[in-house]
Amino acid sequence: MAGRWDAPELPDFDILKRFARDQLIYLLEQQHDVEKLYKLENKMVQGVSDQLCFLVRPRIASVKHVAEIVNADKAGGRLRKYKIIFTPQKFFMCETVLEEEGIFGDVTFDEWAFYLLPLDDDIISMELPEFFRDYFLEGDHRWNCTVAKALHVLYSLFGPFIKTYGIGRCAKMTYELWKEMVEDSENEIKPHQAEIGRVFFLDRDVDYVTPMCSQVVYEGLVDDVFRIKCGSVDFGSEVTSSNRSVKVLLNSQDKVFKEIRNEHFSNVFGFLSQKARRLQTQYDKRQGMDIKQMKDFVSQELKSLKQEHRLLSLHIGACESIMKKKTKQDFQELLKSEHALLEGFEIRESTSCVEEHINRQISPLESLRLMCLLSLTENGLISKDYRSLKTQYLQSYGYDHILTFANLKQIGLLTEQQPGETLTAVESTMGKLVTDKAVGKLTDAFSSLARKSHFRALSKRLNLIPRTEEEYDLKVPRNMAYVFSGAYIPLSCKIIEQVLERDSWAGMEEVSRLLNNNEFITIERSLDAGYSCNAQRIILVVFLGGCTFSEIAALRFLGKEKGYKFVFVTTAITNSFRMLESLLES
Amino acid sequence: EVLQNRVVDAKVFPTAYGSGVVILTGAFRFTLATNIDDLKLRRFPEVPGLLRPPTCWTVLMQDRQPKIVLANGKDLYILDNASCTSVIPPGLGPQVCGFTQIAVSFNYKKLALYTDTGNIWMGSSSFKDKLCIVETNFKTAPKQFVWCDRSKSNNPTVVGIWDKVLFITGESKETIKSYQDEDIHLVPEVDGVRIISSSNHEFLHEVPPACQDIFKIASMAPGALLLEAHKEYEKESQKADEYLREIKEQNLLFEAVQQCIEAAGNEYEPEMQKSLLRAASFGKCFISNFPPDTFVKMARDLRVLNAMRDYTVGIPLTYPQYKQLTIEILIDRLILRRLYPLAIRICKYMKISELQGASRILAHWACYKVQQKEEPDDSIARAINHKLGDTPGISYSEIAAKAYECGRIELAIKLLEYEPKSGEQVPLLLKMKRSQLALLKAIESGDSDLVYTVVTYLKNEMNRGDFFMTLQNQPVALSLYRQFCKHQEPETLKDLFNQDDNHQELGNFYVRSSYSNETTIEGRVAALQSAVDEYNKAKNEFAAKITEEQIKLLRYQFRLQKESGKTYLDLSLHDTVQALLLESKHKQAEQLYKDFKIPDKRFWWLKITALAEKEDWEELEKFSKSKKSPIGYMPFVEICVKHRNKYEAKKYVAKVSPEQKVKGYIMVG
Repeated sequence: MAGRWDAPELPDFDILKRFARDQLIYLLEQQHDVEKLYKLENKMVQGVSDQLCFLVRPRIASVKHVAEIVNADKAGGRLRKYKIIFTPQKFFMCETVLEEEGIFGDVTFDEWAFYLLPLDDDIISMELPEFFRDYFLEGDHRWNCTVAKALHVLYSLFGPFIKTYGIGRCAKMTYELWKEMVEDSENEIKPHQAEIGRVFFLDRDVDYVTPMCSQVVYEGLVDDVFRIKCGSVDFGSEVTSSNRSVKVLLNSQDKVFKEIRNEHFSNVFGFLSQKARRLQTQYDKRQGMDIKQMKDFVSQELKSLKQEHRLLSLHIGACESIMKKKTKQDFQELLKSEHALLEGFEIRESTSCVEEHINRQISPLESLRLMCLLSLTENGLISKDYRSLKTQYLQSYGYDHILTFANLKQIGLLTEQQPGETLTAVESTMGKLVTDKAVGKLTDAFSSLARKSHFRALSKRLNLIPRTEEEYDLKVPRNMAYVFSGAYIPLSCKIIEQVLERDSWAGMEEVSRLLNNNEFITIERSLDAGYSCNAQRIILVVFLGGCTFSEIAALRFLGKEKGYKFVFVTTAITNSFRMLESLLES
Repeated sequence: EVLQNRVVDAKVFPTAYGSGVVILTGAFRFTLATNIDDLKLRRFPEVPGLLRPPTCWTVLMQDRQPKIVLANGKDLYILDNASCTSVIPPGLGPQVCGFTQIAVSFNYKKLALYTDTGNIWMGSSSFKDKLCIVETNFKTAPKQFVWCDRSKSNNPTVVGIWDKVLFITGESKETIKSYQDEDIHLVPEVDGVRIISSSNHEFLHEVPPACQDIFKIASMAPGALLLEAHKEYEKESQKADEYLREIKEQNLLFEAVQQCIEAAGNEYEPEMQKSLLRAASFGKCFISNFPPDTFVKMARDLRVLNAMRDYTVGIPLTYPQYKQLTIEILIDRLILRRLYPLAIRICKYMKISELQGASRILAHWACYKVQQKEEPDDSIARAINHKLGDTPGISYSEIAAKAYECGRIELAIKLLEYEPKSGEQVPLLLKMKRSQLALLKAIESGDSDLVYTVVTYLKNEMNRGDFFMTLQNQPVALSLYRQFCKHQEPETLKDLFNQDDNHQELGNFYVRSSYSNETTIEGRVAALQSAVDEYNKAKNEFAAKITEEQIKLLRYQFRLQKESGKTYLDLSLHDTVQALLLESKHKQAEQLYKDFKIPDKRFWWLKITALAEKEDWEELEKFSKSKKSPIGYMPFVEICVKHRNKYEAKKYVAKVSPEQKVKGYIMVG
């Protein structure tokens, strides 16, 4: 996938890291003379120092843990000084907890304003995985201000923005909070050349379907299988084929990874073996070299070859390990039923497939994921299935998951169809009977009646399921659907594409109505000569509640096609497992 | 200590931090505070032999350290933080046996002493150098004795008053005596001395060089010539040209213009200022590219100064004083004198940014306005809003806070309504006990930290019922508080759900507590039973039924545990059955299968997996024949192959459904 020749250059986000690092060093050294850092775990601190400094997120649990340590010291008659550095900010609630634990006076505070961690050239994470549960499940808005502040940091460094788009309640709120900050600081920010022209806000609950799908682009798969943490992954012994695990940074600095991260998994192995062969020929050049050439070779090429070799063998190892896990019959069948769910065919078969999955205790999270996907695509399970699947699940994994189901219901991932809402069922049976375009028209007529039927209607409106006569060639992707083997274009990405193309929500009224009408578009600044054309084509996509690597890959593809560059700002990188885990209750 | 011993004398002096004060206490000790706004007292060391007030003393600043110079009879001391040093001014004759007055120059560099012999000693304030001694021939001590700063010439000059005689003396032999009609008081300034009498206010200062040059009799300085040239020009006389030529021949036109501008700054009569400036402007015409800013700036400054010197305002400043003071402080002084319109006009005239100028003044005006008790709230609020509008940088909440301080709560609330930032309104609303409104505004602001602040406040202020009611109406606040309760006060959470009749959540609450709090089997069952009741109330039959089954399972597991001594509690139904099967307790497993209506498929899966695990192939075969398999026979093949027993696997291949048969055969080979 070669990019367009005129693709704009991305701004350098390393500055964010430098700022944060400098502030932390200042806080730790200048102010508190910190000598050694420990990881805060659920055990007592052994240090002999008479000063303790905690660097924590402003969570009640962390603060309580600190309180335990302080109280244990008190009981043991130890006198120490305590300092808590909250990052990115302190919440009043934390102070209340300390007060109730009776140590408010013993502790002093600081804040480390570290909002944004650039994971890669184009990915900036706020590393707030709890945002998803706090906002979408608990209705707790505490992080909205944090996100707005983070955005303001970007604005003051790379703005001013020309246009903002968004959809979702949280998007709207965050946008408004940020706007207020802009007004307040109008005089402080020096005008400079804008590097980022447009911003797109998107709530995670606009599209739950995409993150619930199995990922099949390489980076997504690695995340699903090995769990990428803060842009790096621990490859275990099964990958390294030795008995120690290796920590690998996954970003565009890794030349091998850079080329395969966005590829469909089926292409990756071929690519890697090709690469291996090329590497071999480069090594082979050594033969027939005279001494001088050899000297040059050793001093210049060998090191990078060695490095590439190491990475290559790691990725090949990872691929093998993924293949072992994923190319088994199960995975293929799983993908097949997922695609059937997305297309709305063979619902019954898929349901019993899920049931078997649960009965055989294959994987608790995987089963939940499939149930959610079923519910999302069908706009809720029919009552009978809802009950029986839940019963099965509880029998398999324990009764305490009744609370998990309560959470899933509240957040809307796994719901029961209300009577009178069986429309999708009608649709799906019709889908079985009539398999031509007439269905589309029929369902269109129905969907205006439906109160809540969303995914199916959205899918029809936005053409999320590419109808193809011939096989989808994953080597030469035609559209963003390639990230799901050509079966489905991620809803979130499609919305972004459409709105950017139209440069408005006009013509998308039906879509936004289905998504509860929280869309907005604002022109921040009229386009005058001062704004370079480049900035216009750099688009900040803000995912509130997390985004997946598949979505990132899809938008990268879109960017290459249209000559945009997307910069991803997300509260955290997520996938189906992380999302579901955050909703577990145990 | 200061309180105990009474204050005998005190002197105020400027420091780097603000205004400092030195106090002489009744015990003849000195105490210092460097900033009267942030009072921190520091005591100076004791002065030896000081049993009565010193004859005279003053404060000095040296190297940013305050020091005290004091005279006790004929002994002179310098007091600083740590020590008290005795000093002797060089060059004084032995006949001196006492110092009656001390005067320090404005910059603390120089010092003058008046001795009881009528001499004035002038020297550096470090007492290292003597500048001169002047014989006054007065027998008595002067009523007042001050240093007159001459910034330009650096000649030491002191001014003293003896009754009605003003006595000016310096290094030169000459002294000036002038007789006054009234009693006068002297105030030393940065560039001279103010002489204030009951009817007059005079200022004694050195004539600045520019004015000297221009107005000296028969002066031929370029400025003087230029002024003359302009006068002739006004008279339309050709002499103007002659004068001008004379300056130009010496190539001094540039200096001439500058002199005129500078002199204008030091003149007090607007007429004279004008003619000097006009002359400068006239001269400017003959110089190409004379930088205009000095001229423009002087004209502006003079306008401001003249406005200040107007008798209704009464701030007669000299140009150097004005420069020293800066325009910002001048505006502050105007604000303190409530000369708001003048201050605003000056800000606009001097092009001071809105934020620092006009907005600030308007805010002060508004704060003053709210203190006018006789006017009704409504009209004040309206008047303020009318004047202030949406001026940037205005904080209505600050004005409202002022109103609240004056006890006008209603007015404060009215003013707060004009505050565009909801967040800013909250602290004051809380202070005024308008907590409900505060909660509303906090939520509006979108800052959940603020919301939580208000919630905590409400919690302490209201009774529980009202508090809960308030929360119920505010979902944002409620969910925040719930988060807090979940970790800190689970019981409160229960009360919250109770109040709301939220039986579903109550059920969930009991389930959670059954898992996390209860340790005994009875406790857990009891909690789950409460959950069943709540689920029933919530009409969630499914949950109620499932929970009842869980109770049943718990009891069963508990019984098993007692019988076998193995742990079964907290296993899921599936895992319990599996454990039983692995222990070959087929009867109990069957019992559970029936009691809990485990679907056939699941049971078959369970059974064959367990049997294969134990490699109990015989039992597996028996089981396969017990009745028709609901899961088909492919799983039998798979499970055998998994346990590497192809021999057993072969037994089942034949039974596999036709479409999977090929796959089955491939597996067994």
